Amino acid sequence: MKRIDAISMIARKAEEKNSLIVCNIGLPSKELHHVKDRAGNFYMLGSMGLSSSIGLGLSLSVPKRHVIAIDGDGSVLMNMGSLATIAHQRPENYLLVVIDNGTYGSTGDQPTATSLGTDLGAVAKGAGIQDVYTTNNEKELEQTLKKVDRGVVIARVGAGNASVPIIGLSPEEIIERFMTECARPSE
Amino acid sequence: MDPSISVFNGMRMTGIDLVVSVPCINLKDILPMIDDDPSMIHVPVTREEEGVGICAGAYMGGKIPAMLMQNSGLGNSINALASLNKLFHIPLLLIMSHRGVEGETICAQVPMGQLTTSLLDTLDIPYVVPTIDNVEETILHAWAIASEKGRPVAVLLEIGFWEAE
Repeated sequence: MKRIDAISMIARKAEEKNSLIVCNIGLPSKELHHVKDRAGNFYMLGSMGLSSSIGLGLSLSVPKRHVIAIDGDGSVLMNMGSLATIAHQRPENYLLVVIDNGTYGSTGDQPTATSLGTDLGAVAKGAGIQDVYTTNNEKELEQTLKKVDRGVVIARVGAGNASVPIIGLSPEEIIERFMTECARPSE
Repeated sequence: MDPSISVFNGMRMTGIDLVVSVPCINLKDILPMIDDDPSMIHVPVTREEEGVGICAGAYMGGKIPAMLMQNSGLGNSINALASLNKLFHIPLLLIMSHRGVEGETICAQVPMGQLTTSLLDTLDIPYVVPTIDNVEETILHAWAIASEKGRPVAVLLEIGFWEAE
């Protein structure tokens, strides 16, 4: 199972729940855009590390909507304090999915600390997050996404990027349609 | 008027409803006021860059966000201020205790304190330096600029500001 397979599953869940998605920079955003582009996807183009923070701020601001942030192992390692902040805010409507492929996938697959012994599920628990799930294959992720709407999922996948086109939207287009979608009343 | 109450009143008047904070000794009396105000969500963070992300998400969700911080945290935020706020035209109010300037007693505050305004200039972030007499309308005005131009604006509260009676 690769990252794009996990992203497909998350995109399906988001469609079912009408969730807003904040997606990590680089290939994760391109893969999500390729799998299922929608107004409710916010594609980060820079600011590595901040997907979980943007998702947290959004979830606190739209308590009636469900929010999913898609993050990566390298990015969470860059902003681990975010896990402590999520732990004490405890938003009910926020699910953080960390797709852990053990590498910096957008920059040439250099190993991250998670392939050298760091356990992000244990880090999230240690940060104080109560609902933490680690999945190791497609079936486990599918079952977990079915039952879990809040907390943190660490989805372990194999390294490797899908060959997908770049996102043909400007930053202005991405944020404008996303904010219009955020302002819509929940269904 | 008490400086902390004036800053808080300015934030209320502006309609700020989500506040991210990293403490500074000069902000210590404002933080409990935010905690006690049901119209404001308070999100204490571990590092200012994280706060920039939270505020960006909050803005997209319809909030008027502000970050209460020390100027030292500007250095921790620069990439996000450029590659998130500037890129997507996301407004943000940076309400900043400006240390390391006139009246500073801690030498470690001086280098970053002296660099603060030139860093803001480099980042193309406008800044205002209120006095106790005009801080409320200055904060209101700073948000007006931020939201109109879609960019961060800094409110610099210098050491002398807190000594006003």
